[in-house]
Amino acid sequence: MREIFETTIERLFADLATPAYVMGCEGGEWPAELWAALDESGFTLAGVSEALGGAEASWADMCVLVRAAGRFSVPAPLGEALLGNWLLSQAGLEGRAGSLSIAAHADMVLEDEHVYGTAFAVPWGRNVEAVVAIARDASGGANVVLLQRNAASELTLSLNVAGEPRDDLGFTSAQVLAHAPLPGGLDVHVLELGGAMLRTAQTAGALHALLDMTANYAGERKQFGKAIGSFQAIQQQLAVFAEQAAAAGIAAEAAFAESRSGLAALTIAAAKISTGEAASVGAGIAHSVHGAIGFTEEYPLHLLTRRLWAWRSEFGSASLWSQRLGAQICQGGSEGYWPLLTQHGQQPLTRPVSNPV
Amino acid sequence: MAISQFTYSNIPPEAEALRADVRAFINETLADYPPTLCAQSWMGFDATFSKKLGARGWVGMALPKAYGGAAAGPFARYVIIEELLAAGAPVSAHWIADRQSGPLINRFGTEQQKQHYLPAICRGESYFCIGMSEPNSGSDLASIKSTAAREGDSWVVNGQKVWTTNAHHSQYMIALVRTGEKQAARHEGMSQFIVDLSLPGITIRPIRDLAGGEHFNEVFFDNVRLPADALIGTEGKGWDQVTAELAFERSGPERFLSCMALLKTLIDTVGKTPNALQAREIGRLSAKLLTLRNMSLSVTAQLAAGEHPAWAASCVKDLGNAFEQEIPEVAQLLLETEPRQDGGSEHARVLAYLTQMAPSFSLRGGTREILRGIIARGLGLR
Repeated sequence: MREIFETTIERLFADLATPAYVMGCEGGEWPAELWAALDESGFTLAGVSEALGGAEASWADMCVLVRAAGRFSVPAPLGEALLGNWLLSQAGLEGRAGSLSIAAHADMVLEDEHVYGTAFAVPWGRNVEAVVAIARDASGGANVVLLQRNAASELTLSLNVAGEPRDDLGFTSAQVLAHAPLPGGLDVHVLELGGAMLRTAQTAGALHALLDMTANYAGERKQFGKAIGSFQAIQQQLAVFAEQAAAAGIAAEAAFAESRSGLAALTIAAAKISTGEAASVGAGIAHSVHGAIGFTEEYPLHLLTRRLWAWRSEFGSASLWSQRLGAQICQGGSEGYWPLLTQHGQQPLTRPVSNPV
Repeated sequence: MAISQFTYSNIPPEAEALRADVRAFINETLADYPPTLCAQSWMGFDATFSKKLGARGWVGMALPKAYGGAAAGPFARYVIIEELLAAGAPVSAHWIADRQSGPLINRFGTEQQKQHYLPAICRGESYFCIGMSEPNSGSDLASIKSTAAREGDSWVVNGQKVWTTNAHHSQYMIALVRTGEKQAARHEGMSQFIVDLSLPGITIRPIRDLAGGEHFNEVFFDNVRLPADALIGTEGKGWDQVTAELAFERSGPERFLSCMALLKTLIDTVGKTPNALQAREIGRLSAKLLTLRNMSLSVTAQLAAGEHPAWAASCVKDLGNAFEQEIPEVAQLLLETEPRQDGGSEHARVLAYLTQMAPSFSLRGGTREILRGIIARGLGLR
C-alpha cells in the first residue's frame, strides 16, 4: 500500500501544490482545488477501518502521505484529517469525508450531546467543515467528539510563522455531529501526541526537499570561478545538514512504524526532539548556502524554512518533550535506562502532573 | 538521493530473542563491575571475559559454522554487541577480530587461512589489531610508505605503523602496506597481510595517552620475513579490501555508546526528581541516542541485504561521535560535580575519564572531516 500511496500522492502534489499555488494560499486562503483532489482520492480516510468506510491503512502507510505533504509544503490539514479520522474510527465512529481538522489543545465539556468550551490553535480552524476534539463529560470521562466548525460561536484568528491558520474556536452549547467514549488504551492527550507525530513526518519531508534544493543550488551557483559546492567549507556544512535530514527521516519513520492502535509515545517524543533540532540546523544551513536570494519572497526557499520554524514549536517544543522524557528516565534510574530505550515503542510516556521546575 | 538509504528497520524476532540471554550473562559475569571500568567500554581489555563470550558462541557469530561461527545474521551480532557496550563490558580483546578481521578473512581468505584463523577467533582466544596509520599517513591513508617485497617464497616487510590499538595485546596484525610502485591511481599497489606479531624484526612500543592509559602503539618492521600465505586477498587490491569493510566499521553501536557509563552515573547522581534543565538535557540526549540507534539499525539492515551503505555509515559515525562527545560537556554543566581523576564519587571519576577520552572518538576510525567529505560526495558535491 505504501508504494502506491507515495507515488500517487507525490504526483497529485507535484501537479497541484506548485510553489506559486502554495504561496497564493498564505494567510489563510483555502486550497479548494487541492483539497477537492485529496477528497476525491480518499486519502483523508486512509486510517479509518474498512467497516467504517476507510482503507484501514497503518500509521506506517500514512507516514508517506504526511511526509509528502511536508516535502511539498502542502497548505492544508492533510495530516490533521488523517489523525482525526483515525481517532473517530478507533472510537467506533464513521470517518468524515470533506475538510477536517483537530483540536489537540481544548478545554471542553460534553453535556447531553452539546459542547461548551474552547478549542485552541486549530489548524485551518477558519476553513474546515469539521473538527475532532476530546471533551470531558459530567462524570469526568473523556470523549471523542466531532464538531461542525460552523457551530462555533467565537472565532479567534491566528497565523503561524508560515502563514498557516491556527485558530481558536469557542463553542456554546454546540450540538455534536458524533461522539463516543475515548477508547481504553488511548491517553486523553492523544491528539497532542498524534499532532507531534504528524509534524515529525512533515518536518522530515520538508528537510528532504530543502536538502535537495540546497545541494542543487550549491552545484549551480558559481563564485571565484567555480561552483560553491566545490569548496570544502560548503561541503562540510551540507554534510552536517544531510546527517540531520537523515536523522529526522528515520526518527519520524520510527514514530509512525511503532504506532498502531496506540501511539508510540516515547518514540514520538524522541522524534519530535530529533526533528526539531534537524529543522533548526537544516533551515540555518539552507539559508547560509543560498545567500541573499534565499531571503527573498520570490524564491521558494522560505516555503520550506518558515514551515520548519513553525512545526518545530507545534504540539510541544523539543524542550517540552525532552523534559517529559528526561523526567521519566530519571524516575527509572540507570538500571532501567537501557531496557527502556530498547523496547521499541512499547513504552508509555508518563506525563508529569506539572513539568519540572 | 542518498538520504533515502535510511529506512526504518526492526530487529528480527530471532535476533531480539538473544537479548534476554546476553543480559542474564552480563548480570552474572559482571556483577559489581565498577562504573570506572565500564567507562572503558570497547577499550577495556579482559581476555578471560572474551573467552567466556567465545564459549557462549557470541564471538565471530556471523561467521560460518564450519569455522566455529554461528552463521547468524548481522542483527544477532548487533543485539549481542549493543548489550555488551551498553553494560560497559570489557570487549576490547576480541573486538577487532570479531568486527573486522574475522569477516575480512572469511571474505577474502583462502580455505587454509579460514581454517587456520577463524576457529580461534570464534573461541575468543585470537586477537587482532589493524595496521593502517603511519607517522606521515593519517587521514591521507593512501600515502603509506611501509612495504612488503617478494623474496622467493616470502614477503619481507619494512616500515612503521602508529596509533595501532591493542598491538601490544594481539597475536596478529592485519597490515596495509605497499607491494608495488605508486601508480598513477594512488589507491593501487597496496596489499593486506596477516602479520604474526611474534616474528623476529617486530618491535611494539605502547604510546601512553593523555589520561595515562596504554591502548595504542607504534610498531616497527625491520626486515620481517612473512610466509607467502600471509597475504590476505589479492595482491595490489588492499585499498579495495579496506574500504569494503568500512560500513561495518563505521555504523555500529560503538560509534555512539562510548559514554554510556557516564549517562548512567549522571542519571543516578541527578536522582529521581531532576530539575527542569536536568530533565531536559537527559531527555534530549536520550532522544538522540534513540535516533542514532534507529539509524545504525537501518545500516545493519542494508548490510544484511548485501548492500554497501558506506555513505549511510559515515552519517552514523559522524553524528554518533558528536553525540558521544557532547555527553561529558553536558554532564559537567548539569551538576556541580568536579571531575576527579582519583578520589571523589564514581560519577566524578567517570566524568574525568570520559572527558579526557572524548577527543579520540572523532579521530579513531576516520576523522570528522574525512567522513563529511564522503557525505558531501554522496550529495553530488565532489
